[in-house]
Amino acid sequence: MTEGLVVKDLSISHGAVSAIHNLSFDIAPGELVALIGANGAGKTTLLRALSGLIAPQSGTATWHGTSIVKTKPEDLVRVGIVHVSEGKSVIPELTVRENLAIGGLWRRDKKDVLRATAESLELFPVLNERISQRADSLSGGERQMLAIARALISRPELLLLDEPSLGLAPLIVDQIFESLNTLRTHVGMTILLVEQNALGALKIADRGLILNLGNLVGSGPATELLHDPHLRSAYLGF
Amino acid sequence: MIINTLLIGVSSGAIYALMALALVLVWRSTRVVNFAQAGQAVLSTYIGYETMARTHNYWLSVPIAIFFGALLAAIVDVLFMRVLARRAQQGPIAEIAPVITTLGLLGLIHSLIGLIWGNTFVQYTSPLSGKGFTFGTHVIPFSPQNLLIVLTATGVMAIFAAIFTFTDLGLSLRAASFQPEIARLAGIKVDRVRTVGWAFAGATGAVAGVVITPTSYLSPNSLDLLLVTGFVAAVIGGLESLIGAVVGGVVLGIGFAFILQYIGPSVTFLAGFIILMVVQLVKPHGFFGHKTSRHA
Repeated sequence: MTEGLVVKDLSISHGAVSAIHNLSFDIAPGELVALIGANGAGKTTLLRALSGLIAPQSGTATWHGTSIVKTKPEDLVRVGIVHVSEGKSVIPELTVRENLAIGGLWRRDKKDVLRATAESLELFPVLNERISQRADSLSGGERQMLAIARALISRPELLLLDEPSLGLAPLIVDQIFESLNTLRTHVGMTILLVEQNALGALKIADRGLILNLGNLVGSGPATELLHDPHLRSAYLGF
Repeated sequence: MIINTLLIGVSSGAIYALMALALVLVWRSTRVVNFAQAGQAVLSTYIGYETMARTHNYWLSVPIAIFFGALLAAIVDVLFMRVLARRAQQGPIAEIAPVITTLGLLGLIHSLIGLIWGNTFVQYTSPLSGKGFTFGTHVIPFSPQNLLIVLTATGVMAIFAAIFTFTDLGLSLRAASFQPEIARLAGIKVDRVRTVGWAFAGATGAVAGVVITPTSYLSPNSLDLLLVTGFVAAVIGGLESLIGAVVGGVVLGIGFAFILQYIGPSVTFLAGFIILMVVQLVKPHGFFGHKTSRHA
């Protein structure tokens, strides 16, 4: 089996403040891994480094054996790494159709862009009803669906998701997690899901990583983490 | 009488609109008010003047000047703005450095023109008459050159409207200006798209220069005042909006024409600033701007 994402001794700081210390983990192709941790644990910082938005201080990260640190986000999209950033990452001034289209602008295979668009709309049918509306007229859940749908049009191999459940109603969260489950099971997509909603995320994940103040404090199969009383009380909060 | 004033107003308004468009295009792509735009436009016009001097063909000089304007703007973005964006990312310097740079560039371009062509007034003429159209024995102030100005400006605006509405490039330009980070995560090469925005702006400024200059003279500073009126027009339109820039320019042009006609030339320049202040007080985001602030 080829290598998926391999992160080794990664350290990232914001100015003088260290956010991630010597973090190492890996994700096999086709795995759905949940990265759990409270606010300020360094989850967002890690994702921003993996998608090229910020540069780490030291350490390595490779995807299929090729280094991905200090590579621009627009170039990582071209090798299959797509990041759906925190807080409903859509462009409010553009319509739903345009928000979807930007995910495929860089792609040569326009036929497959059409196919991917159709598939995304099938996964989130509500977007089809709103296709000509501006994104700022959508609800929070619809915006999150739009952000994921846009990412799918880039045909990601590795999808990095930053708190897709944030601020959404439980029913919508279930729907979004269910769609991620579908992507993993039917498309074989590799997914790194960053979440504060530990219970929901671990339920669909293969494995879990628990991050606390920039350090990895636990990892293992999701079902084990769900039943580990120590981790549950200390970090997971349920 | 009123119609004559209106026609002259529309003609100068078209020029203000072009300058405003140039400023808005740069503002949208890099969040910089480009003071060097006046210099870039006048240097492009000198390139047109030089082409004209060698070939005696105005219609050839126009596209060459426009192409040069686009190229010059792209170079300014790549050599100065990109480097500044990388080097001066944080703190007050990040916001001030680009603007100061454009001011420095304006001075540099003025000196460069002075060195090459001298600091005197020269004439860059078009084959179209600057004398007004004649109806019987009646001569109106609106000339064939004025008509060219209005038609060219309309053409430029139509081209931009089509590009921004219907093309992938237009969508990239809009995405990159609204939310550069999300655009980048969607795979858009934002740096390149920004350079295209600058090139469009440079071309637009050059258009303004080559069509307005035949109605007066060319000197290193001859388009500086246009920078101010263009800026006022852009602010009236909200600084973000291409349509706003056009409307702002035309409104300002017509306003100036009437003030000139009925009050006097001494008030005209002042009127621009009064209009600017009133707009800032009444509608601080302009008439086409967004009320909500935006993460740049």
